[in-house]
Amino acid sequence: MATVHDATSSSSPSLEEMWGEPQGLGSWLSTVDHKRIGMKYLVTAMVFLVAGGVESLIMRAQLAQPNLHLISPEVYNQLFTMHGVTMMFLFATPVLSGFGNYLVPLMIGARDMAFPRLNAFGYWVFLASGIFLYSAFLTGHVPDAGWFNYVPLSGPRFAPGINIDFYALGLIFVAISTTAGAINFIVTILKMRAPGMSINRIPIFVWGELAMSFSIVFALPTLTVACVLLELERKFGFHFFDAGHGGDPLLWQHLFWIFGHPEVYIIILPALGMVSALIPTFTGRRMVGYIWIVIAEMATALIGFGVWTHHMFTTGLPQVAISFVALSSFFIAIPSGVQIFAWIATLIAGRPRLKTPMLFVLGFLLVFVIGGLSGVMFAAVPFDQQVHDSYFVIAHFHYVMVGGLLFPLFGALYYWLPKMTGRMMGEGLGKWSFWTMFAGFNVCFFPMHVMGILGQPRRTYTYQAGLGWTGPNLISTIGAFLLGLGIALTFWNWVWSRWHGAPAGNDPWGGDTLEWATTSPPPEYNFETIPTVASLEPTWDQPNLRDGAQPPEAGGRPLLGGHLTLSTSLLDGTPRAVVFMPHATLAPVIASLGLLVGFWGVVFGAWLLAGVGATVFAGGMIDWFWPRHQTQET
Amino acid sequence: MLRADGLGALDIERFWWILFGISAAVFAIVLGLMMVALARRHRPVPADEAAGKHPEDEPAWGGSFILFSGVVVPAIILAGTFGLTLHEMNVLSSPGHHAAMTITVTGHDWWWEARYPGGAITANEIHIPTGEVVRVRLLTADVIHSFWVPQLQTKTDMIPGRTNETWLETGQPGRYRGQCAQFCGLQHAHMIFYVVADPPDTFATWLAGQAQPAPPPTGALATAGEQIFTTQTCAGCHAIRGTSAAARIGPDLTHIASRQTIGAGVLDNTAGNLAAWITDPQHAKPGADMPPTDLTPDQVQALVAYLQTLN
Repeated sequence: MATVHDATSSSSPSLEEMWGEPQGLGSWLSTVDHKRIGMKYLVTAMVFLVAGGVESLIMRAQLAQPNLHLISPEVYNQLFTMHGVTMMFLFATPVLSGFGNYLVPLMIGARDMAFPRLNAFGYWVFLASGIFLYSAFLTGHVPDAGWFNYVPLSGPRFAPGINIDFYALGLIFVAISTTAGAINFIVTILKMRAPGMSINRIPIFVWGELAMSFSIVFALPTLTVACVLLELERKFGFHFFDAGHGGDPLLWQHLFWIFGHPEVYIIILPALGMVSALIPTFTGRRMVGYIWIVIAEMATALIGFGVWTHHMFTTGLPQVAISFVALSSFFIAIPSGVQIFAWIATLIAGRPRLKTPMLFVLGFLLVFVIGGLSGVMFAAVPFDQQVHDSYFVIAHFHYVMVGGLLFPLFGALYYWLPKMTGRMMGEGLGKWSFWTMFAGFNVCFFPMHVMGILGQPRRTYTYQAGLGWTGPNLISTIGAFLLGLGIALTFWNWVWSRWHGAPAGNDPWGGDTLEWATTSPPPEYNFETIPTVASLEPTWDQPNLRDGAQPPEAGGRPLLGGHLTLSTSLLDGTPRAVVFMPHATLAPVIASLGLLVGFWGVVFGAWLLAGVGATVFAGGMIDWFWPRHQTQET
Repeated sequence: MLRADGLGALDIERFWWILFGISAAVFAIVLGLMMVALARRHRPVPADEAAGKHPEDEPAWGGSFILFSGVVVPAIILAGTFGLTLHEMNVLSSPGHHAAMTITVTGHDWWWEARYPGGAITANEIHIPTGEVVRVRLLTADVIHSFWVPQLQTKTDMIPGRTNETWLETGQPGRYRGQCAQFCGLQHAHMIFYVVADPPDTFATWLAGQAQPAPPPTGALATAGEQIFTTQTCAGCHAIRGTSAAARIGPDLTHIASRQTIGAGVLDNTAGNLAAWITDPQHAKPGADMPPTDLTPDQVQALVAYLQTLN
C-alpha cells in the first residue's frame, strides 16, 4: 500500500463520483466493493448449503429403513464425502467470510477492506474451487473417502481413480481463497479502524473474525501440506503415508487434525461473535463482560491448536500423550463457558426482545450447550474410545456446528439482511422458519446420540434390522426433512423480502455498532465522513453519527481527495495515514479462471491444459500488478 | 453399550451415566437461567431506558457471576472429570496385562480373520472363554479398520505398520455383535463379526476341534464338492486345511459349517444362503472381493453339500 499524506482537499469530485462502480451484470465480475463481494460470498455459500443439504437428505432417505437400496454404496460414500467437504470448505468458512466481508469495514468505520482486489480474488478462487470440486460429479470421479480422507484408503493403491485427486487438489485450491481472505481480515481489522476505535472498542463480531483469520493462517498450511504430500504419493509415487515403504498412515491423521480441530473454531468463533453482536441489540443492554468474551475467544483459538489428538484416541497412541490432550480438551470448555455465562448475564440484566434473530440466538444457546457438553464427554478418553466414529459423534458435531454456526448465522441473516438490502424480512415467516428448524434439527440429531450409544457406526450406507437402530433412524430422517423445510422457509423469506419487505431504515433494531449509523443499503463509500469513535457502542452513544455523516466538527473526516480511506494505529486507533484504494478490475476473475483451468489440467494429467491455465493466471496477475500511475493500488 | 455385558463396556457404561448426570445438571442450570431472563423481561422499564438510553454500567454482579459460573465451577467439575478419566484409563488398560490367552485378529476388506494359539483360524467369528481376560492383537491386511464390540469393549484401530492391542472379558456366555468402526471403503457397512463367549470347557473343546484339519468328505456329493473346491477358482483364494487348498486371500473355510454367518455377518449360514453367496456374492455385498462364479447349479449344490460337512 502506497500511502500519501495530506491528501484531503476541498475542491474535488464527490464521493459518488470517486467510489461509484459501474452498475449492471458485468460489473459483478469486476467489483472490488467489499459489500458486493460479501453478498456474492453469501449467496454462493448458501447455494453450497443447499447442495450439501440435498446430499444429506438423500443419505437420510437411504437410512430411513434398514437394508434400503435407494442408492449404491459408491454413491453413498461420495455423498457423505461431498457433504462434509461442502459444508466445511464451501459453506461454513465462506459464509463467514461473506458476513465478515460485508460487515467488518462497516463495523470499524472503514470504506473498504485493506486489499479490495485480493478480496475479489479470494471470492473468485472460492467460486472456482467450488466449481472444480463439483465438476467431479460431471466426470463421475467424486471423492469418496470421507472429508477426513484417511490414508491408505485414499492412497494410490486403494483409490486408483482420480476421485481423491479432486479432493486433494480441491482443498489446496480453496485454501488459496481462505488464506487470502484471512490475511485481508487481519490487516483490515488491525490497521483500518476508524479513529478512536481503540483495541478495547472493537466489536466482538470483529474480534471473532480476527480470531478466525489468525487460526486460518496458522492451521490451513498443515492441510495444504498434507494434500501436497498425498498428491506426491498419488501422482509421483512418493511414500509419505505408505507403511510398506517406511511411511506412516498416522502422519496424515496428525496433519489433518492439526488443521481439522482448529477448523472447528475457525467456524465457531465468528458465529459466536454474531451471537455477541445480537444479544446487546435485543436486550437493550451493553454486553456484560466484554473483556471476558474477547479473552475467551482468543483463548479458544489458542487452545484449539492443542487438542487435535483427541480425534485419534483409538489409534493406540501412548496413554501419557493421550492424557495431556484429554486435559486440554477438557479445559477448552472453559472459554466457551465464560461466553455462555456472559451472554446469560446480559440476558438477565437486559430485557430480551423475542424477534426472529433473538429466537435463533436462544435456540443456538440450548443446542450449543448440548453440543458442548457432549464435546466434553469426548475428552473423557475411555468414553471417546467407546463412541468414537459412531452416530454419537455425528450427533455431537452437528449440535456444535448447526447449533454453533447455522442458528447464529440465520439469526444474523434476519438481523443484517435489512442493512444489506434495505428491506426487512418477514417476521411471521421468520418465526415459522425458526421453530421448524429448531424442531427439525433436534428431531434429526438427538436420536443419533442414542444410535451411537447402541453401537451404530457412522459412514455406513445401510444397517441391519433388529439392532434397535431402526426407530431412531426413521425419526432422524423425518427430522432432517423438517430441518430442510425450515431452511427453505428462510430462503423464501429472503427472496420475498427483496420485493415485498418493509423498508428497513438505517437502524431497524436499535443496534449498537457503527453499521447501523449509515444508510441501508450503505453507499459505496459506506460513510460520508469517516467517523471518530468514542465508545464501544457508538451508535447508542454518539447521536452525531446519524446517517453515516458525522459532521467534521464532531470528528468526521470526509476524505474527498480521491479514492481514499484512513489507516490508524493498531492499539489506540489514532490516524496514521491516508490510503489510496484500488478501483474495479477484471484481473482477479481472470487469474482465478486461469487457476481453475490449471487445476483441471493437473487433475486429469492434461499438462498442456495446465500450462494454458498457468498462462492465463500469469496474465491476470501481470495485469493486476502492472504499474499504471502513482495512485494505482494492488 | 446400554446393554453392556463385558468388563470393559460395563465400566464405560458406569462412566457414561456419571458424564450424563453432570451434563444434564449443567444443561438444566443454563435452561433455568434462560427462563429467569425471559421471565424478567416483563419487569417495569425505568424512565431513562424508556427514553432510549442504555444503562451505562455493567451490573455489579456481572464480573463475579462470569468468574464463578464460567470459570471456577467449570474448572472444578472439569478437573474432577479429568481425574476420573485418568482413573478409568488405568482401569481399562490394566486387565490386558494379565491375559490368559492372545488371539490375533486381522482386518481385511471387508472381513475379519482370527488366529488362536494352537493353529485354529476362524473368520468373522471370534470365540472366547467366559470369565477370562483374552488379549486381542490387532493387525490389518490393507486399510485402517477399527475393532469394536460395543457390548464388551471400547474400540481400537487396526493400522498398517502398527500392532495395537485390546482385551475382551465377559462373564456372560452369549453372542456379541461387533462391527468395523473406521470407514474402510465400499462395504464398511457390512464388515460385521460376532464374539461368541462360551464357558471355558466348552471353549477348550471348540478350540481343539477348530485346530484339526478338515475331515475327508464322505458321500458322493460332498466328495464331488471337494473336487470342485480344490480344482475351480475357490482354491485360488480360500484355504481348507487338510486339502490342497491353501490360499490366504479370502477367509479360511476349514470349519465353515460351524459358523453362524457368511459374508462377514451379511447372511445366516444356511444351505440356501451359501448357494446364493457362491453364485453371486455381489448381490448381497456389492464390491466384495469375491467374484461371481460360473458354476452350474449342480456344481453349486455339490459344493454347498461339501462345505456343510466342514464342522
